[in-house]
Amino acid sequence: MAHTSQTPGVVSGRLQAEDYARNFCDLHPPLDPHAALVAADRCYFCHDAPCIAACPTEIDIPLFIRQIQTGMPRAAGRTILDANILGGMCARVCPTETLCEGACVRQTAEAKPVEIGRLQRNATDALMAAGPQPYARAASTGFRVAVVGAGPAGLACAHRLALHGHDVAVFDARPKPGGLNEYGIAAYKTPDGFAQAELAWLLGIGGITMHTGVQMGRDLSLAELREDHDAVFLGLGLTGVNALRAEGDALAHVHDAVDFIADLRQAGDKRRIPVGRRVVVIGGGMTAVDAAVQAKLLGAERVTMVYRRTRDRMGASQHELLHAASKGVQVMTGAAPVRLLGDRVVKGVEFAATDPASGAVRPDDHFVLPADQVFKAIGQRLGPAPGGLEIAGGKITVTGPGRSALPDVWAGGDCALGGADLTVTAVAEGRDAAEDIHARLTGAGRIAAE
Amino acid sequence: MADLTTEFVGIRSPNPFWLASAPPTDKEYNVRRAFAAGWGGVVWKTLGLDPHCVNVNGPRYGAVWGADRRLLGMNNIELITDRPLEVNLREIKAVKRDWPDRAMVVSLMVPCDEQSWKGILPLVEETGADGVELNFGCPHGMSERGMGSAVGQVPEYIEMVTRWCKQATRMPVIVKLTPNVTDIRAPARAAKAGGADAVSLINTINSITSVNLDTMSPEPMIDGKGTHGGYCGPAVKPIALNMVAEIARDPETCGLPISGIGGVTTWRDAAEFLALGAGNVQCCTVVMTYGFKVVQEMITGLSNWMDDKGYASVADVSGRAVPNVTDWQYLNLNYVAKARIDPDACIGCGRCYAACEDTSHQAIAMKPGRIFEVIDEECVACNLCVNVCPVEGCIEMVPMAAGATDPRTGQVVSPDYANWTTHQNNPAARRAAE
Repeated sequence: MAHTSQTPGVVSGRLQAEDYARNFCDLHPPLDPHAALVAADRCYFCHDAPCIAACPTEIDIPLFIRQIQTGMPRAAGRTILDANILGGMCARVCPTETLCEGACVRQTAEAKPVEIGRLQRNATDALMAAGPQPYARAASTGFRVAVVGAGPAGLACAHRLALHGHDVAVFDARPKPGGLNEYGIAAYKTPDGFAQAELAWLLGIGGITMHTGVQMGRDLSLAELREDHDAVFLGLGLTGVNALRAEGDALAHVHDAVDFIADLRQAGDKRRIPVGRRVVVIGGGMTAVDAAVQAKLLGAERVTMVYRRTRDRMGASQHELLHAASKGVQVMTGAAPVRLLGDRVVKGVEFAATDPASGAVRPDDHFVLPADQVFKAIGQRLGPAPGGLEIAGGKITVTGPGRSALPDVWAGGDCALGGADLTVTAVAEGRDAAEDIHARLTGAGRIAAE
Repeated sequence: MADLTTEFVGIRSPNPFWLASAPPTDKEYNVRRAFAAGWGGVVWKTLGLDPHCVNVNGPRYGAVWGADRRLLGMNNIELITDRPLEVNLREIKAVKRDWPDRAMVVSLMVPCDEQSWKGILPLVEETGADGVELNFGCPHGMSERGMGSAVGQVPEYIEMVTRWCKQATRMPVIVKLTPNVTDIRAPARAAKAGGADAVSLINTINSITSVNLDTMSPEPMIDGKGTHGGYCGPAVKPIALNMVAEIARDPETCGLPISGIGGVTTWRDAAEFLALGAGNVQCCTVVMTYGFKVVQEMITGLSNWMDDKGYASVADVSGRAVPNVTDWQYLNLNYVAKARIDPDACIGCGRCYAACEDTSHQAIAMKPGRIFEVIDEECVACNLCVNVCPVEGCIEMVPMAAGATDPRTGQVVSPDYANWTTHQNNPAARRAAE
């Protein structure tokens, strides 16, 4: 008999095939050409536009929208990619409501910003559909640069380095390159294999060799990389997961949310992903939202996201929380997990109410949420870091454009100190580090030649 | 409630909104729908002699669009009616019979000889129509055959044909003028000299709306070729308003009734034409864009505005602004204003800053937090910031009080009126006797 949302336990196939197709299709489908023109016409072409300042990669947004307006989406795409080579992915995953669209003067004027994210997608889709990536590689410099991590920071860095004529070797521990683009984003934000398609397109510039399944610290060391290369960029991401520090962590059907999200992305058929009838997600960030929403979209009957503190302190944006609510996720605040209940398999989570101001648990105020599946999403942290680097606040210390404590090592993206942990921030940091590496190498090259 | 009833050259209509001679008034079906929608009158699409005209069998209209594809200007290469004269006359008679309270004026264009004009007038009279409008305006197609604007560009022809028509009919004669002239006053004077009861203006403007960059041909394109068309719609309103005002304030033609035409799209546009001396207005592009229903907005809008302002009738409004249209040389050079930006209304787009900084007087400061402030020491009150601001009412021009010192010039603002004719920099200045 087919399963339904009310089937007890953790099972797959709770929904009909068409439900999965609908639930995991594009969250924000592309604008058709007419809708794009209407949306573009709303841009005021602001002076020193606030949207540009709000974009970590500083895309010239008024210019690219004007290029769409005048019937040149490919030129618009080029404007975007000049600043952000992963502009296609950013168009899909950026929290635009807190970045460019949040700063749009039409948000001020009418509470309806120009749809910058969707217009960016319109332009980047047009350019990517028109053929291979349009950048021509400079003549080879002979310099060799290693990039560790094929996520947004590493890819942005690698493309910019290759553009300048350097030979780039990219290493990634996972079987597929892409980092969070491939493993860490909700499936409905980037369906249809976009992450790999964008990656293949990006690598079309040439000069980049990709080594997957290679983990630094296990398969190769930073010292070896420095030995063999003129510079090293670390875009390691945050591969560690914070521990729950609650009893019962080892029970079956208790997972890290990041693994659930990665499995969903890798699953060809979402029907095969098992999900509980009653799901509890512990955490208040974007990862928690992505796990909670997708559990609901897989057919869970009840999904509750529980956060220790008050709503305004949640990592997830208001926009994300509204999206979660619209999918039927219940959001509960002011409660911390005390223990996971069950024999072998989780049956519920015991929470303690917390003090809104301090976040401290109240020992006398406990309650239990029944759960047959629990996802932990209480933050990620840096994995084992190679020696010689300075670590502060759980991240690699960098100054300026990603310079680490080692003279030939740069770092960027989530693993590096500073900046929001966003795809677009990682792209900016990878790009800027590449420019700094290029300046350092070619400056040094000139001196050597003299 | 304001009385919108108008009597224009003796022709009564329930409101001052007529449809201009154009595609919307080409046949009975359309005109009946227009009257049912509330239009006060029509000028039937121009009749000519049989054998009737033919039109191209491809696109007749070109367009200019604004944001969100709002139609700002349109041109056309359609000729006068392409239906037999007898059919049009029969339909005019039928419609006028059923809608006796509406104005029915018939536009005419026949070869420039006395017999042609005097021959067609009795046929129109027989329909019971209220008047005729002589089409001396169309700039495309018919002008190549010596009609339309080819007549309207020669004042002597205007006077001659007008006189023939006045001699041959009891109906009021309205002369429709082409704007494709250097000085609109000459054709208006000629019409008056020929005995015209009124002029109507403007007809359309010679234009190419766009070029097809694939086929390298002007639009609208017929089999790879294009020809200039007549331009109309909101884009031409400023040109029309000026020409109406020129005639209204010309000593030789002032008092000559004017039917205002050219981009009338809302009640406000209509009120502006009336204020500059028109006795009624004629519309076309607005209905070709939105359909006949728009007249309901025009009627209620004009009526409400007149109530608000205390105008009892359309005649009360007509010509109100004409005394305030003057020559540049009579503008008060002692009037000093400064731009003021309302920080509460400002949305921070910075277009005023870009416009002023790049193209004007560097009179707007951009301060941290995207605060925009006018620098009075530099502001010449040019109004560009007002024009580019997307928020209505956010920036205004505030006159300086007499006695205050203009920080730009260091001069005290004088309470007296002084214009260029007496200005010290004017070599031709007339000075009081010493």
